Amino acid sequence: MFRRNNMRQAKKKINFTYYVMVVPMALLFFAFHTIPFLRGVFYSFTDWKGFGSWHFVGLRNYGYMFTNSNIGSAYAFTFKFAIAATILVNVIALLIALGLTSKIKFQNTLKAIYFLPYMLGTLIVGFIFNFVFGNMLPSLGKFLHWGFLETNILGTSHAWIGILIVTVWQGLAFNTLIYMSGLQSVSPDLYEAASLDGVTPWQKFWKITFPLIAPFFTINLVLSVKGYLMVFDQIMAMTSGGPGNSTTSISVLIYNQGFQGSQFAIQSANAVMLFIIVAAISLFQLNVLNKREDRIEN
Amino acid sequence: MQTVNESLKVTKTRPSKHINYTATAVLAVLGIFAILGPLYITLMIAVKNPSDMTNVLSWPKQFNWSNFTNAWQMTDFPTMFRNTLFITAWTIIFTIITNSAAAYAITRNRGQSKFFNALYYYFISAMFIPFNVIMLPLVREVSSMHMDNDFGITFLYIVFGMPMNIFLYSGFVKQIPVALEEAAVMDGAKPYQVFFKVIFPLMMPMHATVAILSFMWTWNDFLMPLVLLSDPKQQTLQLAQYVFQGQFSTNYNLAFASYVLVLAPVLIMYVIFQRFIISGVVSGAIKG
Repeated sequence: MFRRNNMRQAKKKINFTYYVMVVPMALLFFAFHTIPFLRGVFYSFTDWKGFGSWHFVGLRNYGYMFTNSNIGSAYAFTFKFAIAATILVNVIALLIALGLTSKIKFQNTLKAIYFLPYMLGTLIVGFIFNFVFGNMLPSLGKFLHWGFLETNILGTSHAWIGILIVTVWQGLAFNTLIYMSGLQSVSPDLYEAASLDGVTPWQKFWKITFPLIAPFFTINLVLSVKGYLMVFDQIMAMTSGGPGNSTTSISVLIYNQGFQGSQFAIQSANAVMLFIIVAAISLFQLNVLNKREDRIEN
Repeated sequence: MQTVNESLKVTKTRPSKHINYTATAVLAVLGIFAILGPLYITLMIAVKNPSDMTNVLSWPKQFNWSNFTNAWQMTDFPTMFRNTLFITAWTIIFTIITNSAAAYAITRNRGQSKFFNALYYYFISAMFIPFNVIMLPLVREVSSMHMDNDFGITFLYIVFGMPMNIFLYSGFVKQIPVALEEAAVMDGAKPYQVFFKVIFPLMMPMHATVAILSFMWTWNDFLMPLVLLSDPKQQTLQLAQYVFQGQFSTNYNLAFASYVLVLAPVLIMYVIFQRFIISGVVSGAIKG
């Protein structure tokens, strides 16, 4: 009797140990993540330079963002880059994943090779490709008399394409892996049934494979867009934002101007704006893509 | 993890017709040229003399191993390696212990308690906050607390990994039957004993995933060391490369030898644990 009572109590009342397991970590998270975040939001309404005194300026920093051409071009570049990178990475990754999951020789070795770039730090990958763009391709271009290869692409107005190539090179690995696990979860019975019905490979892909791997497509799309909107490492390694401001992403601008350019408050507003955009796009994608998945399941 | 294993089995039993040689050839050629090619170039430049650079692709006339010893000294490799290893190792150890416990407490009590349910959403929603947003105020806060060193950055990696890790661990804890815990409680185990003796060992596959993802993050991270580590003696390998690049951009052989030194530990680890790493990342990413 006594025992049963005790059990019932234990079920209702949450044991103190559970609080010990989570509350200290939650407090630390609050102190080092949430407070800086709230502070950033707070500073975005002031004219603080990172030192000295400050005043409230209301929404002035946010208004300034719309008139400042540097910030405008950073947004234009970042969006252009994120869209191009997301499309390229997902299309190529899906093709590679289809290849790697088909009946091929050396399957495990090839998988290992294609996943390799994921392991390498973006910064060093950027340095290596700096050399490829700066020295190897121009000398190849001179040898072949191909004018467009003779200059270092990173020094031209097309520098963003160089950064895009490196990003795709490195980003493919992760996306390919996700698509592969999606493709492997599709039951072979479906393909057998389809082949009895005589469908073309094209129909097979759009009517069977693609709908079934839709959840994996959603994950990849959300993670890609989110990641590429924050592009930083490869730009610092390859162009530092140049030539001019042509490859200055939002993240690079926040870093450069926020720490060295005494635009602490303005870049705080910029950072808050980046947060709103990333969160809104991610939630929008999850919503729209999940709804589409539901429709397919029904 | 389980679903991945099952799906792998499915592929093996898939009725095999004939090997697709076209796909094999295309993937092999592409993989060798596009992925192994740049790594081959890196290695060749690292072992050559500056005078031997007319054809980058060719085998070196003589191996110049002194590039490595020079790069080793100029970047102060042993110190940077020790710093990076320190940060990475402690991050992984403490992340696994603290984040799994927090995720377990949250997941098991979400149903009964609004407080724990709110905590779950608090952590998950933080996944949408880009690091750049908190970077500027964080650097002020951390340097005023004199935490702009490798202890501080390790601490921040442990704390900042929580949103993602709680999400991953929580998905895993849900699959563990509560009956196991109830049996342990019947035998008189306290909640912390239940966690460390029953749940923690069962979480092994997810610990591996979290360890791999934390390793990749901390070893290769550049932005956080860039903004937080002020003392040159405490820099990480990645950050040292960035500083080094600016100073010695003309001697490619030396620079590339230095890159090889930084990439080597990761590559060696990948060659040894390759299958394990791939499946670990998959199970993590799909849950995420």
